[in-house]
Order: sequence, then structure tokens, then C-alpha cells
Amino acid sequence: MTHAHLSRRAFLGTGALVIGFMMAGTLGRALGQAAETLGGKPPLTPDELDSWIAVLPDGRVTAFFGKMDMGQGVDVAIGQIVADELDVAFDRVAVMMGDTAFTCNQGGASGSTGVQRGGVTLRAAAAEARRILLERAAQKLSVPMTDLIVQDGIVAVASDRRRRVSYGELVDGQYFHHKLEWNKQYGNTLSAKGRANPKKASEYKIVGTSIPQKIVADKIYGRLQYVTDVRVDGMLHARVIRPPTAGCGPVAVDESSIGAISGARVIRERDLVAVVAEREWDAVRAATALKVTWTSPCTPFPPMETLHDHIRRAAAIGGAVPVSKGDVDAALKTAHRVIEAEYEWPLQSHASMGPACAVADVRADGATLWTGSQKPHYGRNGVAKLVGLPPESVRAIWVPGPGSYGRNDAGDAALDAALLSKLTGKPVRVQYMRHEGTGWDPKGPAAVYRARAGLDAQGTVVAYDFFGKGFSRQDVATTESDPKDTLAGQLTGFAPKPTVIFQVPAEAYDFANKRCGWECIAPLLDRASPLRTGHLRDPLGPETHFASESFIDEVAHAAGVDPVAFRLRYVSDPRHVAVIRAAAEKAGWNTRAYPNPRRGKGNVMVGRGVSYTERNGTIVAVVADVEVDRRSGRVWAKRFTVAHDCGLIINPKGLELTIEGNVVQALSRTLYEEVVFDRDRVLSVDWTSYPILEVQDAPERIDVVLINRPDVASSGAGEPSTRTVPAAIANAIFDATGVRLRRVPITPERVRAALARA
Amino acid sequence: MSERIRLLVDGKPSELDADPAMPLLYALRADLGLANPKFGCGLAQCGACTVHVDGRPTRSCVTPVGTVRGKKITTLAGLGTPDKPHPLQTAYIDEQVPQCGYCLSGWMMTAAALLRDTPKPSDRQIRQALGGLKCRCGTHMAILRAVKRAAGTKA
Repeated sequence: MTHAHLSRRAFLGTGALVIGFMMAGTLGRALGQAAETLGGKPPLTPDELDSWIAVLPDGRVTAFFGKMDMGQGVDVAIGQIVADELDVAFDRVAVMMGDTAFTCNQGGASGSTGVQRGGVTLRAAAAEARRILLERAAQKLSVPMTDLIVQDGIVAVASDRRRRVSYGELVDGQYFHHKLEWNKQYGNTLSAKGRANPKKASEYKIVGTSIPQKIVADKIYGRLQYVTDVRVDGMLHARVIRPPTAGCGPVAVDESSIGAISGARVIRERDLVAVVAEREWDAVRAATALKVTWTSPCTPFPPMETLHDHIRRAAAIGGAVPVSKGDVDAALKTAHRVIEAEYEWPLQSHASMGPACAVADVRADGATLWTGSQKPHYGRNGVAKLVGLPPESVRAIWVPGPGSYGRNDAGDAALDAALLSKLTGKPVRVQYMRHEGTGWDPKGPAAVYRARAGLDAQGTVVAYDFFGKGFSRQDVATTESDPKDTLAGQLTGFAPKPTVIFQVPAEAYDFANKRCGWECIAPLLDRASPLRTGHLRDPLGPETHFASESFIDEVAHAAGVDPVAFRLRYVSDPRHVAVIRAAAEKAGWNTRAYPNPRRGKGNVMVGRGVSYTERNGTIVAVVADVEVDRRSGRVWAKRFTVAHDCGLIINPKGLELTIEGNVVQALSRTLYEEVVFDRDRVLSVDWTSYPILEVQDAPERIDVVLINRPDVASSGAGEPSTRTVPAAIANAIFDATGVRLRRVPITPERVRAALARA
Repeated sequence: MSERIRLLVDGKPSELDADPAMPLLYALRADLGLANPKFGCGLAQCGACTVHVDGRPTRSCVTPVGTVRGKKITTLAGLGTPDKPHPLQTAYIDEQVPQCGYCLSGWMMTAAALLRDTPKPSDRQIRQALGGLKCRCGTHMAILRAVKRAAGTKA
């Protein structure tokens, strides 16, 4: 399979823009030529088979994928699925994604659904294409379809293989012009299918194999072009000027302050201030030199140390009790013993490896956007609305960005670039500086969780009550399809309108009386805010399950039961049971007293902890082995053992690496990450003020047990193991020290303080 | 303020007119059109902009271009090619290390210098040498495997 990045010229053969995208191999060019020669392509709608699959005259196949890969190799998995359904070699399939001119909106990268949802339609389309091709072959070779076999795109009569015809001959340079059944939805829920039944898992040859990502070599040899490398003729470089304190607007801009920087000038639209220049360094210097008078600071934020009390006290703006079984209050009243605890999670930043960048070329009759956003179709819609163009006249082209784990700053950069291009009449490249990338990205929400459990005299859980309260996971929406959800919009008159959405734990504990609910509180500021919350990898997953799985451990301890055995006591679903057992077994878990009676008498105490969660069908259990240094308070998560069941596995090695990344990122969030702020500004603006994991603190090993379920449809893997990690670490720290850490990040200072209190 | 500055990058001589105080990174990216050193922070805190200057891993985002005249600058693209790969490049591909890949210059250029000076580093030496570099995707385990593979010390 080839990772297809196509330039506009290569694909359409027209247009003045020449973007030097890397085209791996020659397939990109072949695709471009094919697109020119085929002609007469039906409209790009999900009910056209041609919107999903193209067979080139030489037998190569292009799959048009409306979701995205953010580095874990989802596009490879899609190529495997399509190659298997079509019976062509993997290397003949190119997966194209992220260009609104060639792909339908399947929701972009979203909720780990690339394979889970996106792959379903691609599989159905490939199966339908194969069915049509076989139908044609049967006619051409004058045999029934059932007498045909296909090998690498060659259809032959089973009893006489000399009678054969290739896919290329069968398509004869034409599009399929064939309708699919489409559910009339766009985004994650888009579903389209034909009459063909996809293959059974037992028939797969390519699915289930560890095909590597070819694009990796382009990265390693330094020849992959990122969104930061896009250059367009006549382009201006821009830097935006964010208010020094949250909630301020510009009163006056002293343009003479950058007079010495030739070619640099100020662009202002209402509260959005930016500088542009032909040379990037001039834009950078001008952004530093520009003098702006701002309105006097308001103090929208509570003192940071009181953030969680603010959450406790603040009025709820919405809530729900999605889980309510039995009579929890009555059971708690009559319980032999009630266990209670509260947990706190901080605000966190995406802190992507580089601050976001986007290039936009907005003209009177249309616009082009180059974006690193994981949802380019929505970026197109947002740009269209912001600059006043119909969405069809805007083309968004995704180019790999500096990391994306949700709604990071890429969505803001896209609309900034578009607005500045409109205002200057030129293509504009916006790249944020580090302090904007960390300081002004949408944040992962802070939350407080309160949990209670009632035990009877035998130590059985008779009541379980779990309640979360915090900021919504969507002060800004998960996409930039509406300017109100972007800084460019919010600074130019589109008022933010948060969506109230939170979460309860996802697990399968069967307690007789069980209640799980949540409430959200209002954002801290009613306009463009550096503490607005948004989707950060596994939105609210680490927060909620740090609390719920820490609490389950506390209850197990109170009941005097081994934490693995305790979980198994209340879980009956065989897949869930198998995952918990697999992790315990691989980790060498043996039943013993808890906390660890042999934690070590020296300065380093050792312990282990377990955690288990579910996410949209994917079940994960994690065992963490940690060392805690009594003097320094340093926690080293030395080893993780992960058991993972996401149904049918498409690419085992890719899956394993994805899980490793999740575990390490979640480890970082658990031990190190917290957005620091004062009453009127965010103080976490770089890697010193927002530290993440250093390689010294990376684990010694991560063992992954993949449980393959060929008969169960694939569910997601890009996020689920993230949520399992924090509690596994906290539970291991308890095992090592006998002390419970209920607040993230679990910094050395907090560990030392907790040990001193113990 | 602008001066004519001669640079030797990946074996190729080039000239540009620039303020000598401008960071080398902007000369490499904007003036020479090289894509692989990245802007990550501009503060020498992450390593994404790392190049070798006379063999030493150097954060080009804080290195004034005027200070590297006549020095030998090597970028990730100059470390090796598909035809003549550096052992680290082969190992990184074998281990499928990167996810977003934006951080690679820091990790690879730093590890290349380590392996040149210490061909068989211990795990501890590797972690020390790579300290301070950032990878947000969390590929640290694969990075460590790749360095050990390149050194021939992989368990």
C-alpha cells in the first residue's frame, strides 16, 4: 500500500498551485494520471461506489478513506481490509485520506473509530466492487460467478485458469457508476454498503498480518512534508497576538512599534490581532516587538489551588444519571460498612510536539486550506462559514501535523489562516509559537469524583455510587466546523456556546445497587479562553477511570480481597474476564496481602496495581509495577502489562505500538501533567512550565497481550488503553507505600507529602 | 543588518542574505527550503530542530545563523539515505518507531552522536544521552529499542 499525498496539480492536472508534497513511490502520479484519463467521475457522495474505490487500468486500487490516520497506521489497516476484500496484493492498494476533494466525510480521526466505523464502509465498498467485477468477468468468460476465482486482481475460471481476465481489463478505464445504499448521514455514523457480503474472518489473508507503515521511512529520512512545510506562491507568514491576560481585548495597536521590521504589518479584525510578513523570521520578530494596549485584566480564574473546590461549589449547568440500578441510597443506609473517597484530576494540555500550523488561500470564488487537523472536512465547513463561502467551494487538504490527539490547536490555526488570508487577499501561513500551542490550546477538563460503596458483613458490595463533576469535555466542540468553537471565531463575534457533556465509568461490574452520574459546570470565562475545554485523547477517560478504578481498589482493600480476584468477583462477561485474567497471568500476579508486605525496607518501595476498563467495545486490563523512592517521592512505573481485546485484529504490530504509545502518554499525564494558571492567565506555556515524561522515566518494559476475536467486529484501539493506566499506577503506589494518592498528577512533592502524613 | 552568509549543509554549500542573529532553524527551513528540522518550541526545550554542527547535536532554533559560518551542518536528511542509510535509520524503520514523527530530528541526531562516541551504550547511558528530548506520541519504548538495535545491543 502506498500512502498517497497528492498535489492538486498531480491529481487534477490544473491549477497554479504547486505544492511539493511527497509522493511515496509512483502510485501518486499514476493516480493523478488515472483521474485525468478516466473523466466523468460521478459526484463525490457516499452513495456512489466511485467515492470509495477506484480500480486503475493497470489493476491498482485506490481506496478513498474519509477518516484519518494520526501516525498509528490506521490507513495501513484500511489498505489491508480493502486488499483482502478485493483479492489484490496489499502493495497494489493506495489509501487516500484527508482531502475533501476526494474523500467523503466519515468524521475524520474521532473516537478511535477509524477501523471500527470507517473500515466498515470501506470493507463493504471493496466487497461490492469485487462483486461487480466478478459479475462482469462471468459475462466475459461465459461461466457462472461461482466458477470464478480471484488472485491478485486476476479473475480466472477455477477449472481452467488459462481463461482469465484482469480487474484492469474489466474496469477498462471507467468508473463503476454504481449506487450504494447510504444511511444519509455524514461523520462517524456514515454508513454505505452494496449487495455484496464481505468475507468471513476465516477467509482473510492480509488482515491479521503485521504490515509495516511505508510512510515511516519518509519520516526517518527527513523527506516527508508536514503541514509546517507547505509553501504557496505569494504566501505571507503570520503570527497571531493573543491577549496577555485571559478575557482582554485590544484597545490600541501601535503599528509604528514594528516600523523597523521591513515588510511586516499588522492585521486586525475586531479582537484578533496578527502580524504578517513575507519572511517568517520577520513575522516572528514583529510579533514580539508589536506594542498593543489591552483592556485592563479581568480575573476570570479562581486561585489555582482552589480549582477543585470551585468545581465542587459551582452550580451545575447540566447532568445525568446514566446508570441507576436498584436502590443505592437504601442499600448504603443498611450497609455494614461504607467506603468513601474523592479524586481530583487537573486541566491538561494537548501540548502537541509542535504548535499548530495551517495555510489558507481564500479567494472571492473559493478557498484552499492546508491543515494538520484530524478533521479536515469539518475544517472546510468552519472556514466556509467564517469567510462567507459555500462549503463546496472550499477544499481542505490534510497534511501531517505535529501530533494530534483530539481537538488541539490545529483547528484554531486553520480558521486563523483563513481569516487572515481573506483580510490580506493573499495565501497566509499561520504557525503558532510554543506559548500559544501549550497556553491556548483547548484543555482536557478538570474534574472531581466522589465515590461511595456499601459492604455487607461478608465484604460483598451491596451499593456502589459514583458521581463526577467537572468542566464539560466540549466547551468547544470536537470539530472546528463552526467558528464559535475556534479562537478566530470567538475573537471576531461568534460567541462560544458550550455543549454539556461528561462521562460515567465504562466497565461491567455487576453490583446489586449501582448508580453513576455526573454534572457539568460552566466554563471559567464566557469568551475566548485559554482554559476552554475540549477533546484530549480519550476525552474524560483517564479522569473518570482514574477515579473509578482507584476506588474499586480501595473497596477491594476494605473488603480484604485481592484486587484481581475482587474485580473478577463482580464481572461475568467472558471477554471482560478473559482480559483481566490475561493481564494478571502475563504479569505473574499471585495472590498475596495488600499493600505489599515485602515492599522493601530501603529507600525504594515496590508495588503492583491493576486496573480494568472498557471503551466502546474494547476491553483493557493493565498491571503496573512501580518503584517509589521514599526520599525523593519519585515514582518509576517500571513495567506495564496490558491485555487488550478489540475484537478482530487487523495489524498486530501496529496495534501493539499504538497501545505502547497510549500507555506512555497516559503515564505522562498521570505523573507529570497539570496546566498551571493564576487568576488571569495560563502559566503553562512551554515544556518547562508544562513538563511531560522524559525518557529517563520511561518504563523498562511494556508487555502487551493481544486477544484476537476473529468473530467479533473490530472496535477501536487509538484511545482505550489510555484510560486504564492512571489507576493502575495509583493502585501500585498504594501497594508499594500503603498510601493512597487521589490527585493527579502524582508528583514527587505530592508523594512525599502523602508519605509524611501517613 | 542583513549579511551574506555561507553555509555548508548536508555537504552542499549555499548562501543566503540574513540577519546573523536569526536562528539557524529559519535559515534551514525558510531560506534553504529544508523540511526536516522542525520548529517545536524555539526555546531549546524539545529537540525537534536538532542538527549536527561539526558533529555536535545542536538546537538550531536558538543558534544564531551567524555563528555557524563555515561549519559543517548535518540534518536528519544528511544522516543517511535509503541507498546508504545510517544504522539508526534502518533500526528506526525496522522498529516502526515514529507516530507523528515531528520529534525525530532530536532523538535521531542526538542518538547518532551518542553511538559515534559510545558504540555500545548501556540502557542508562542511552536514557541519559537522550534526556531533555520530547516525544508527545509516547514512542519512547520503540526509540530505546531502535537505538539498541542500531548499536547491536538489543536483547
